[in-house]
Amino acid sequence: MKTVLEAKHIDKYFKKPVLFHVLKDITFGIDQGEFVSVMGKSGCGKSTLLYILSTMDTDYEGELYLNEALVTGQPDDKLSYIRNKHIGFVFQFHYLLSEFTVLENVMLPAKKLGEKTFEEIEHDAMNKLKILEIDKLARKRASRISGGEKQRVAIARALINSPSIIMGDEPTGNLDSYNSDNVFNIFKQLCMEEGLTLLVVTHDMDFAERTDRIINMSDGRILQ
Amino acid sequence: MISWKVILNIAKTHLLTKFKQTATATLGVTFGIGAYITLVCFMTGLNKMLDDLILDQTPHIHIYSEIEPSKQQPVDLYDEFNNTFNVVHSIKPKQIQRKIHNALPILNYLNEKDNVRGAIPQLNTQIFYIAGTIELGGNLTGINPIEESRLFNFQNYIIEGTPQDLYRNDNGILLGRGLAQNMSLKVGDRVQISTIEGNIFPLKIVGFFQSGIADIDNIQSFANLKTVQRIMGEPETYVTDINVKLHDMSEAFNMSKQVEKQFGLKAVDVETANAQFQTGTTIRNMITYSVSITLLIVAGFGIYNILNMLIYEKMNDIAILKATGFSGRDVQRIFMSQALIIGVVGGILGLLIGLSLANLINNLPFETEALPTVKTFPVNFNPWFFIIGITFALISTFVAGYLPSRRAKRMDPVKIIRGQ
Repeated sequence: MKTVLEAKHIDKYFKKPVLFHVLKDITFGIDQGEFVSVMGKSGCGKSTLLYILSTMDTDYEGELYLNEALVTGQPDDKLSYIRNKHIGFVFQFHYLLSEFTVLENVMLPAKKLGEKTFEEIEHDAMNKLKILEIDKLARKRASRISGGEKQRVAIARALINSPSIIMGDEPTGNLDSYNSDNVFNIFKQLCMEEGLTLLVVTHDMDFAERTDRIINMSDGRILQ
Repeated sequence: MISWKVILNIAKTHLLTKFKQTATATLGVTFGIGAYITLVCFMTGLNKMLDDLILDQTPHIHIYSEIEPSKQQPVDLYDEFNNTFNVVHSIKPKQIQRKIHNALPILNYLNEKDNVRGAIPQLNTQIFYIAGTIELGGNLTGINPIEESRLFNFQNYIIEGTPQDLYRNDNGILLGRGLAQNMSLKVGDRVQISTIEGNIFPLKIVGFFQSGIADIDNIQSFANLKTVQRIMGEPETYVTDINVKLHDMSEAFNMSKQVEKQFGLKAVDVETANAQFQTGTTIRNMITYSVSITLLIVAGFGIYNILNMLIYEKMNDIAILKATGFSGRDVQRIFMSQALIIGVVGGILGLLIGLSLANLINNLPFETEALPTVKTFPVNFNPWFFIIGITFALISTFVAGYLPSRRAKRMDPVKIIRGQ
C-alpha cells in the first residue's frame, strides 16, 4: 500500500507567551484510501498537528513526507503549489470567498493550478457539485447559502484538483446532526468509491467511530 | 498568463463588490490629480504670462554707454601721490558720447555669435510733442520694427496698426496710447515733434501701442531708426543702445560681463535688471509645486487607508486563498493590482477632469489694461504635466498599496483560521 502522508519525529514549540512543547515526537503514516480521524481534548495539539501536515505551518522540527517526497524545508511557493495540487481543505467555518458565486469558489483552486482550460474546469466543478447534490446553487453568491450547503461547497472545492489527501479541521463542528451526518456520508462515499485519502480532526465521537482508524492524542503525543 | 487572469479576476470582484469604497478611493485620486492638473496648468500659465510680460519685451542684455565718472581720477595716475590718501571733491561725470562707439562692428560681432538669437540697435532720444501751444516732453526711440517684433514681441503691444506699417513709412510714428489720448490724436493724424535743439518735424501716426505701464505709455513713442537718425541729424552709425536676445537666458550674466570688458560699455543682463521679478517667479513656482505635491500626497494617503481597511476585511479571503494554494506573492499581486487599478482609473479620470477645468479657465474672460493681447485667463497646457500627473497617480497608488499588500503577503493563514 502506498503511503500518502508520513510524519517523522515532529516536534513543535509555541514560543509565546511562554515556551510550550505542543507536539512531542509525532510519528505516523496514512495509507492511500484510508479514512483517518484524529481525536483528543482541546489543547492537545491536534489542530496544530493538522496545520503542520497541511504545510501551512512550517515552524516545526522533524520531517514531513507527502507521496513519499520530503515537504519539510521547501520554499513557500513550492508549498503553495503542493497545497494547491495535492491537498484539499475543509474547515470548521466553511471559509468560502463570500463575494464569489458557489461555482467560482469551487473553480478557483483549479484556475490557480492552471492545468486545464476554463471550460474544462467549469465542467469539472459542475460535476463535483452534482456529486454533492448542490449543482442548483452553482450561480448563487456564497454568502447567500446555508451552513450545511457551504460545507458541501467547501468539500467540492477541496475535491476540484483531485488531491492526494483531504484534510478536515472539525468539518462537522459547526453543523447540526443532520448536516454532520450528511458530510460524514459524503466523506465515506468518496473514500469508498473514489479511493480518496481523508484525515479529519474531530471532537465528535460518533463521527470518529465510523472512520477506518482513530488516532488519539493527549498532551502533544499520540496514544498507542 | 492564466495566473494573472485569475488574480485580476479576484481583484476585480473585490473592487466591484466594495463599489462604494472603491469609488471613494478612486475619487480621492481623481480629485488629487484633477486639482493638480488644474492648478499647475493655471499657475504656470499665469507665471508664463507674467514672464512674457516682463521677459519677452526686455532684452537679455542691454548694452549702452553710460555717463559716469571715470573710475581712475587724474590724481591716481600721478606717481608722486602713490602712497598718499587722496580725497577728490565734486567729481563730475566724464565727458563721453551718448552713442555707442563703433556700434555697427559690435552688432555684427554679436549677431555672428552662436548663442545670440539677435542683437538689434536702438536710438533713444528726448523730444517734445507739440500740441498747439503746448509742448509735452517725451521719448522717441528709433527701432527696426520688424526685428523688434521677431525678438521682443513688439507686435503684442501694438493695439492699432502693425509693425509693418511703421517699417514701410519713413515718416511714421507709433504713439503711446496715453499720449495719444492726452493729445486727442488718432491713426492717420500728423503730430509735430521737436528735438531738444528746437528742430520741428511733422510725423504721421501709423498706430498706437500700449505697454501696460502708464508712465511709459504717456511719454514713449517709436519711429524707424533711420527716421530718428535723420531727425537728430546724425549719421547711420549713430546708435545709443544695443539689445541682445540669447537662445539661453541663463548665459546672459556671463556674456554681459564679457561685453563690458571687451568693449568698455555698460551691459546689464536681464536678471540683474529684474531681480525682484525673478524672486517673485521663484516663489510662485514654489507655491505651485508645494500645493500640488500636498494634493497628491493626500490622495496617496487616501488609497493607503482604504486598502488597509480592505485587507482587514479580507483576512478570511486571504487565509482561504493561501490555504487553497495561492502563494503569498499571488495574494500580494491581488491587492497590488487593486491599488493600481484604482490608480489608473482615478488618474485618467483626474487627467480628464483637470483638462476640462483647465479648459474652462482658459475660456473665462480676463481683460486687463496691462495686456492688450490677453482676452482670457492664461493656461499652460504642457503635456508634461499630464505625464507627471498620471505617473504620480501610479507611483503613489503603488506605494500606498505596497505596504498593506505586503502585510497581506506575510499574513499567516493558520493564525486567521485558528483565531475564529
